[in-house]
Amino acid sequence: MSYVFIDGVLQGTVKDAEKFVKNTIKERRAGKFSKNLNILYNEEEDIIKIQLDKNRLRRPLIIVQEGKSLLTSKHLEELNAGKMSWTELIENGIVEEIDALEEESALVAMNEKDLTKKHTHLEIDPIVIFGMNTSMIPFANFNPSTRLLRGQKNQQQGTSLYALNYLNRLDTNVNVLHYTQKPLVKSFTQDMYGEHITGGQNLVIAILNYEGYNMSDGVVVNRASIDRGLSRVSHYRPYAAERRRYPGGQIDDIKVPDKDVQGYSTEAHYKNLDTDGLVSPETHVRGGEVLVGKTSPPRFLSRLETFSTAANIRKDTSVKVKFGENGTVSKVLLTESKDGNPLVNIEVRDTRPIGVGDKVSSRHGQKGVIGHIANPEDMPFSSSGTVPDILFNPFGMRRMTVSHLIESLGAKVGALSGRYVDGTPFSGEPSEDLRKELEELGFRENGTETLYDGRTGRAYEAKIFVGNIYYLRLKHQVADKVQSRARGRVALLTRQPTAGKAMEGGLRFGDMEKDTLIAHGSSLLLKERFSSDKDIVNIGDRSGDIAEYDSFTDRFTSVVDPKETVSKVEMAYGFKLLIEQLKAMGIRPQLKLKDKFKQKRSKQ
Amino acid sequence: MVKDNFAWIKKNLPEGIKFKDEKLAKDRYSKIQLDPGEAIGVVTAQSIGEPGTQMTMRSFHFTGVAELNVTLGLPRIIEILDARKLPSTPTMHIYLNTPHSKDKNKADKIAQKIKQTVLEEVTKEFTMDLANGEVNVLLDKDELKRKSINLNDVYEQLSLQVKGADITKKTASISVKLKDNDIKKVYKLKEKLRDSFISGISGITDVLAYKSDNGEFIIQTFGSNLKNISEIKEVDFSRTRTNNFYEIEAVLGIEAVRAAVLREVMHILSHEGMAIDERHISLVSDMMTRDGGIKGITRHGITKEKESVLARAAFEIPLDHLVEASVRGEQDNLVSVVENVMINQPVPIGTGLPELFVKMDGAKPKASKAKKKETKK
Repeated sequence: MSYVFIDGVLQGTVKDAEKFVKNTIKERRAGKFSKNLNILYNEEEDIIKIQLDKNRLRRPLIIVQEGKSLLTSKHLEELNAGKMSWTELIENGIVEEIDALEEESALVAMNEKDLTKKHTHLEIDPIVIFGMNTSMIPFANFNPSTRLLRGQKNQQQGTSLYALNYLNRLDTNVNVLHYTQKPLVKSFTQDMYGEHITGGQNLVIAILNYEGYNMSDGVVVNRASIDRGLSRVSHYRPYAAERRRYPGGQIDDIKVPDKDVQGYSTEAHYKNLDTDGLVSPETHVRGGEVLVGKTSPPRFLSRLETFSTAANIRKDTSVKVKFGENGTVSKVLLTESKDGNPLVNIEVRDTRPIGVGDKVSSRHGQKGVIGHIANPEDMPFSSSGTVPDILFNPFGMRRMTVSHLIESLGAKVGALSGRYVDGTPFSGEPSEDLRKELEELGFRENGTETLYDGRTGRAYEAKIFVGNIYYLRLKHQVADKVQSRARGRVALLTRQPTAGKAMEGGLRFGDMEKDTLIAHGSSLLLKERFSSDKDIVNIGDRSGDIAEYDSFTDRFTSVVDPKETVSKVEMAYGFKLLIEQLKAMGIRPQLKLKDKFKQKRSKQ
Repeated sequence: MVKDNFAWIKKNLPEGIKFKDEKLAKDRYSKIQLDPGEAIGVVTAQSIGEPGTQMTMRSFHFTGVAELNVTLGLPRIIEILDARKLPSTPTMHIYLNTPHSKDKNKADKIAQKIKQTVLEEVTKEFTMDLANGEVNVLLDKDELKRKSINLNDVYEQLSLQVKGADITKKTASISVKLKDNDIKKVYKLKEKLRDSFISGISGITDVLAYKSDNGEFIIQTFGSNLKNISEIKEVDFSRTRTNNFYEIEAVLGIEAVRAAVLREVMHILSHEGMAIDERHISLVSDMMTRDGGIKGITRHGITKEKESVLARAAFEIPLDHLVEASVRGEQDNLVSVVENVMINQPVPIGTGLPELFVKMDGAKPKASKAKKKETKK
């Protein structure tokens, strides 16, 4: 007597549990029950569990009977010809979907040749152990798993043609790759994604050192290739300006601001604006320049000010190009916002050729940063005159990404023979066949070639591995990150330089950096480094308090004792701020001043 | 000054040892000396800190002989430098006197003698009589024999420790009967009896005699009790060590702690394969023990001792330090590094240390007089 639970609810008992389960599965396959039904007999607890509810993750498997797969070549032919569909396969009981519950009772063979009489199911293809992106890595089954994870991650970061209607969309901070290509070595999944979803280019790479410029994952790129459009992207950034209404009938104005508005920047910044206060499409703009001229009414108005002339001073709230970015206005869109206010959307496009500091990657977790752009005449070349696009450092192979090499070999065969090579993990073309084909094409079967150093003209002593690899340009670009400053804005409270690229900030010389200067004993350099906020503070000689400026007498006087003499002391503004904040806490720090020269002399 | 020290070293060289190349030795000696104003504290911190970052990532933080796992690696270093009261895995290395240290059996015997035995280990069965409020302890004769404990010892120990119950001795068992019967208390009594100390040295829960590299048998223990170990005559106490610094302080004094901190940290570092100069660690252990007690490198320990208010405030909980200093009316003389960085003045270290004096007021400097003043200073 075994209990039967359907969706976790006890429904009754069954005498011969095993027979019951067997029959149920048989009848489900025959179509008497819903294909959604999954069943398991738990021998230990002697219960039968039946699941019928929705939203279970289920796994399609080919049914095996008597050690033979039910999916025959006849089915495959029909599937290829389009006479049969996936749903028919399920309806005819050739493929079934089982859930985690029923999986417990299944013995699944990976390959058809492994089938024995004990097996109940056959895996459709071993590739299902990978996810969508991971299975796009060609020959992934030759790699350590860590590299597959990284390869998968890099593919996600690749720039590509991310959407076919990108010209009609306004996406924040997107990159569109020019001249995308289909990978020469592709896996089955690539075709499933569709031909237009591609994110890279087939580049010729040589696995070779080039001075120190490609050390530790650096990459050297041929300048001629870049000039021909290698990994060039268009970067799009939208800007928006809304003409808001404020309580009290106030309203934003979209027009070229008058010079007397609050926060007016230099006239040159407004030069791109037409009379309507908007830029026209295809104008070249630079960081800080205004895209939409907009003025807003002053924010907090007291009742008195409403009637005064000061109320008419409006604030400049123009939309400006982000600091450090250039581009061309590609779209000016006039529309309406959610609240019904007039809205201007502007898209700025920037064509970015790849350059030093940009990140590239193959699909095998072999990412790198461009360290040098070599002139074509300095690049190595082969006897046929082929010059590689990219020089990849051989030390990168210590990560044991064998698939990187096999793809390279396969793509070379593909490029020479003009076909796509199947690199599907587990079932792709064997590398032995590729080698043979390469030899037939008149190359060395292991993919190496004699290369000549472009700078000296001499042949390299070693044979260099040359092949094609599908390279992705990743979205991390120097243009978004590079920043420097010598002087500039400071924070209002601390008078120290602002932080962050968006605020044109400085790079923090932090605590640990401070310690290095101390360790070196370079005391005065340390003082200079931290003197960005130095200030001269007036201190009362006797009280030790910070003196205030008295406009009547035109001098600094101590608050405690107006007759007290005052000394000028140079200190960090941050420290002065600390003193004042301590005062706010109820602590009164007093500075006891000494003339350090007088002091020493009196000692003598 | 350099020359003088070197002369002293030359004079005090051990017998039979001579400099092969005195000039080279002198040169090397002058090189290893610190310059005045060298920031040794920061250099020490960096020298430990930099390799320490790698230590977190790799390394097993445990080691030990067989089943005795002792915390090592970064967790242990943190523990030492914080001067925690109890190490997470207290352990001892007990050296033995000559006849015992050469023989595995003898060493094992002593190890068993040292090991703390609780009642549970020598008991076959605890039976509870809930009606009478009685726990019957059926002792394991073989186990008792192996540990050379007789029933009387067990009885005596129990009567010392168990209060509020009548203890009666039977042939192979001991029964403990509560004076006032309560079912809940019977369970508690049983649990208490399990862990009652019977023999050995309390606190030492596990022992293992192992052969050292020079063929000597050493007992490693889990748990530490330096004072009681010192009373065992087979133990070579002069070499025996523990990783519990507070025990060392109580038994041997603060100088021993200073050496122990140095040795423990160096042991961990060498175990990790990190080459850090011993002098860095000795500076740390000096600082931790310099005022006669163990002080951790924390806000309750060394940092609390700092003279400067601002320096203390710069290291953790600034508000508390500032408020406390204001209550006491403390004065900060700005003599150290941190506070001078804060107010943006040259720090008195390295190039900030020497000061230049110039005669002002049009007075003519006299060469000879100035020199005299220099020497006076």
